[in-house]
Amino acid sequence: MAAAPHFWETDLHGASDRRAELTLGALVGAVVLVVVAMLVFVLREAWPSFAHNGLSWFGGGGRVDAQMQAIFTSGDLNQAYVYTLHAWPLIWSTLLITGGAVLIAFVCSLFIAVFIVEFAPEWMRRLLEPVVRLLASVPSVIYGLLGVLVVVPFIGNHLISEHSKASVAYIISLSGYSLLAAVLILTVMISPIMISIFVDGLRAVPRGWLEGSLALGINSWRTFWKIGVRTARPVLVAGTVLAVARALGEVVMLAMVSGSVGFAPNPGDGLVFFVEPSRPLAATILKYTEELTSPPMRHTLFAIAAVLLFSAAMLSFTGWAIKQPIKRYGVRA
Amino acid sequence: MSTPGQRVDARDRSASWKLRDRAGLGFAWFLGLLFCAIAASIVIYLLVQGLRYVRPELFVTQPAAGFTESSTGGFLDPLLGTFIVGLMAMAIAFPVGLGIGVWLSEYGRPFPLARAAEACVEMLAGLPSIVLALFGTLIFQSPALGFLSRQVGNGLVFGRSFFAAATMLSFIALPLVVASVREGLQAIPGHVREASYAVGKTRIATTRRVLLPAARPSVITGLMLGFGRVIGDTAIIVVLLGATLRFDGVGGVPVLGTLRGTGSTLTTYVFDNAPTGEGNQPTKAYAAAFVLLMIVLALNVGADIFTRKGRALRWST
Repeated sequence: MAAAPHFWETDLHGASDRRAELTLGALVGAVVLVVVAMLVFVLREAWPSFAHNGLSWFGGGGRVDAQMQAIFTSGDLNQAYVYTLHAWPLIWSTLLITGGAVLIAFVCSLFIAVFIVEFAPEWMRRLLEPVVRLLASVPSVIYGLLGVLVVVPFIGNHLISEHSKASVAYIISLSGYSLLAAVLILTVMISPIMISIFVDGLRAVPRGWLEGSLALGINSWRTFWKIGVRTARPVLVAGTVLAVARALGEVVMLAMVSGSVGFAPNPGDGLVFFVEPSRPLAATILKYTEELTSPPMRHTLFAIAAVLLFSAAMLSFTGWAIKQPIKRYGVRA
Repeated sequence: MSTPGQRVDARDRSASWKLRDRAGLGFAWFLGLLFCAIAASIVIYLLVQGLRYVRPELFVTQPAAGFTESSTGGFLDPLLGTFIVGLMAMAIAFPVGLGIGVWLSEYGRPFPLARAAEACVEMLAGLPSIVLALFGTLIFQSPALGFLSRQVGNGLVFGRSFFAAATMLSFIALPLVVASVREGLQAIPGHVREASYAVGKTRIATTRRVLLPAARPSVITGLMLGFGRVIGDTAIIVVLLGATLRFDGVGGVPVLGTLRGTGSTLTTYVFDNAPTGEGNQPTKAYAAAFVLLMIVLALNVGADIFTRKGRALRWST
């Protein structure tokens, strides 16, 4: 047995270790405090807007751009502050773009993830993995630029007929800045996140479970969908939740491509619906950041931020809650 | 457990499948190839446009206000701004992220704090950057932090500076750094720690001398991914750096004055020069986007190399 360390050595070690633990713990505590402070301050700044509008904040009515203009002017000219805002067109646009992109991206990502994990030949797998990483790392402003200079003109010139432009000309002008462009580009942006999470989840499916099914003579395609994909269901939800969070928070690309008009696309318009412009919540904040100097405008923008913040918090909570049963299988997502 | 390499199974040929299953596999092939095509076309398109419009003088001329291509100058300031803001943000995010990652992985008591920290980091990962930007205006427009940006006579604080932007950007990089540090530390088996404790090292000494060196590839991966994410962000730069064409310093002190002033990065330069922006010089936007993409791709290749290095380090268990 080695000689026991002298008491001052042990004490010294113990003290330095405890000091390190406390320092790191304090650092962690500080970051937690900052995040909590962010929640509190954003909600506090947002409160006047919610308090004046009540639930009608989330409702429709009137033109949202005109309302924002009135809010800004009232603060800028030192008049009585106006807060009236019916943000439904912005919320509707967010729901449509996020929902559409997540729906398409989910199907594509699931197929590609299954393909990468089980069916792709080695060379294809080697090609797809860096491709997915590349698509995930392209900055959103580049997606936006390509959208504005390539996708939007294409839609404007080839997919929208003069007739359909004329049919809605008295409400809104169609120029290619549209739901369709926003959804397509957002799909490409969020798919990589989904694919990488799905792939991790599907890889962790116990091999024996699949082999059990194969041994019964079921072909490997069906086996993987019935056993593999079903086992990884919680991971699929977790990945989708993360992708929704990313889509909700996408600002720059959507500000460039969506048309930046406070208009609620109307499904009743038939096919024209897909090429109608709109503006989601996050892009609205970016558009009006120059007007933060006007107090009611600031409260209104913080109210929009609070909605986004609340959604992000709820989504990350959902993601956490879903991950709990996965841990039983020993799957780490 | 099986790794992809070991998969030698009695695989049936797809020719024996039912039509529906074969159609499904075909769809998967189609989507896989489509994704490769999209990625290739993005890179090739930007490469072509970039090579057409990138000229050496763009890198060394300052941007200027103007209406024609020849009068608007280059993107020297945005390029420098990109690196300044990226380095400053990582200078904050890296030590903090390292600390949080180490604490969560090696200490993690009291449990409620660990749970809260995990929740916060997770929430930061999903938080829209525009919300962080707005929160930043609240912090940096407070008079107490006026020394970090421009102050007007009557106590009004401008709140836009490299300090403000870098601080908020560090929150974007934080989740990535924390995740990589934790992943790297958790990949080290327990017996390595036990061996270190057995020779009388404390936990912090073990972490510093044994665990962190072993987890270095993964830590560097996190650093690079974080840097890539930071320089790719636009919203925070627009709100907190002002996205002015040139560096607009405050006061006479050379470096500090610039950092207290406003500026721009490549992302906001692209944003402003896109047809939807105020500058509207698409050729300049293409050139800047090309440079930005090359920087980000280089970072990703770097991260990839370090990830491989990390994997090459195998522990016998």
